[in-house]
Amino acid sequence: MSIAEDGTSGLKPAVNEPESALYDAEEARYARARRIEAVAKWALPIIVMTLAIWGWDRLVVINNIPKYILPSPGLVVETLIKDWGILYPSMLVTLKITLTALAVAVVGGVLLAVLFTQSKFAEMSFFPFAVIMQVTPIVSVAPLIFIYVTNGFVALILCAWIVAFFPILANTTLGLKSADHNLRDLMTIYRANRWQRLRYLQLPSALPYFLGGLRIAGGLSLIGAIVAEYVAGSTAAGSGLAFRILEASYRLNIPRMYAGLLLIALMGVAIFMITAGLNHFLLRKWHESALKRD
Amino acid sequence: MTDIHRDIKPLGERPRILQMQEVDKTFNGNVAALRRMSLTVNEGDLISLLGPSGCGKSTALRLIAGLMRPTRGRIVWDGGQSADDLGVVFQEPTLMPWATVIQNVYLPFRLRGQSLASVRDRIGEVLHLVGLDKFVESYPRELSGGMKMRVSIARALVTNPRLILMDEPFAALDEITRQKLNNDLLSLKAATGCTVIFVTHSVFESVFLSDRILVMAPRPGRVISEITVDQPYPRDSAFRTSPEYAAIARRTSDTLMAAMGNTEMEAET
Ligand SMILES: Nc1ncnc2c1ncn2[C@@H]1O[C@H](COP(=O)(O)OP(=O)(O)OP(=O)(O)O)[C@@H](O)[C@H]1O
Ligand SMILES: [Mg+2]
Repeated sequence: MSIAEDGTSGLKPAVNEPESALYDAEEARYARARRIEAVAKWALPIIVMTLAIWGWDRLVVINNIPKYILPSPGLVVETLIKDWGILYPSMLVTLKITLTALAVAVVGGVLLAVLFTQSKFAEMSFFPFAVIMQVTPIVSVAPLIFIYVTNGFVALILCAWIVAFFPILANTTLGLKSADHNLRDLMTIYRANRWQRLRYLQLPSALPYFLGGLRIAGGLSLIGAIVAEYVAGSTAAGSGLAFRILEASYRLNIPRMYAGLLLIALMGVAIFMITAGLNHFLLRKWHESALKRD
Repeated sequence: MTDIHRDIKPLGERPRILQMQEVDKTFNGNVAALRRMSLTVNEGDLISLLGPSGCGKSTALRLIAGLMRPTRGRIVWDGGQSADDLGVVFQEPTLMPWATVIQNVYLPFRLRGQSLASVRDRIGEVLHLVGLDKFVESYPRELSGGMKMRVSIARALVTNPRLILMDEPFAALDEITRQKLNNDLLSLKAATGCTVIFVTHSVFESVFLSDRILVMAPRPGRVISEITVDQPYPRDSAFRTSPEYAAIARRTSDTLMAAMGNTEMEAET
């Protein structure tokens, strides 16, 4: 009874029957479990993260580790602020490469996927190329790209694009093909043309798959950009975050390396959150993956 | 709804819509799904295709819908066939989950290039007929199984097609919902005068709904008997308890058993 009276079921009129009271108690328990879950969803990661940073700090302080081996978290943030003038423009460079590569991967991947579903022969001809591009490690191809493509910025985008492109292509192709077969029959019965079939059935069916691909591609394009910058070293346009980290490592400026790393991680998290948010926003009305069940 | 109403003439005076003439359908060169299957559909008919699972009922419907071609034989539409001759209801509601009820029902018009504004009244009318006025802007996931089926029926009706094909539309629903939808289907037929081929493996459903029952036998699928249900419409739930209903159900059931027994004997010899 006491659970039912703690105000969680305030909308319900007071009832005396033991049966309804029991039901209310159960409902209240359920509601409470859900509230706890909602708080835990945010609180747990924050607590764990805080503990980890605190542990890192203790480790450095107690063992007296010199900052050129492992800087304390406080020093990393301090460096980040002190070197903001160098790191921030570099972050913008890396961000620009990442986002451009991702945009080109999205446009190219979707267009090619549409082409593949429109023509079997196109798929037979080009799909093997896409697979080869995907399975060949970018680190091994990048040096060649830097030889052939003289514009360093374009070369970096090309590298990031090669990495990010495949998940979009593969997922969108799968999605375009997995439209409900009865709906496809319906389109045939109503004599829909290719374009209508694509526009009204295949593209909407592919949207959840595409968004899944986008989430993977978002992370990969950042990885592609960073790897390419490392390979390029100082030869390319050379002022992205990876280049800064390399540069700092030559000067044994370990705190700055950590500060750069921190920025890259933050970028990755931001990209992930944006793509996940987009996913939720576009699918919340109808797709199983985005529906709230209660 | 008067503008869409077609009068239903008595059996025997109805103009013919379509004939299936001695159609064979063989899959992969050896699976004989249909052999010498013939049937005639007249305007205003509500025909049941009744038969055990695997006897080729869906295959027959898919052939009529033009989704595949007969291996032999012909399907002839009187006066030729056009794009808006058909409405279809599948066993599953087959709605687009990303679209609202009204957008789902609008689909056939949209594919013809008609604007939503020009057909909104018509869609409203049909949604009213199936009792979904209040759910125009709902998404399919917000509807019950029976309501989704109603949307599917509304979509089939909305273009006022010459023929509506239904492939076990209520098989997945519970008995109560099913009876309710059977009653509603008859009301819809009275209101619109539509012509329906209704696939089912329920003897009772076929007797309650149709004016002609085509009993099919399996392996190879074909029509072995036609039973005329000479009971007047409108039929309501009282019809389900009448002696006439029981007698016809009995006869239909016997025919169906005989059909299955035949093939079993054929298989043994
Ligand atoms: N695409 C196909 N390829 C090969 N065989 C098929 C195909 N479609 C149907 N068949 C075969 O044709 C026969 C008739 O199938 P059909 O789906 O028409 O039966 P049905 O009467 O609708 O059965 P149910 O009541 O279970 O839906 C079955 O034996 C089935 O195995
Ligand atoms: Mg079937």
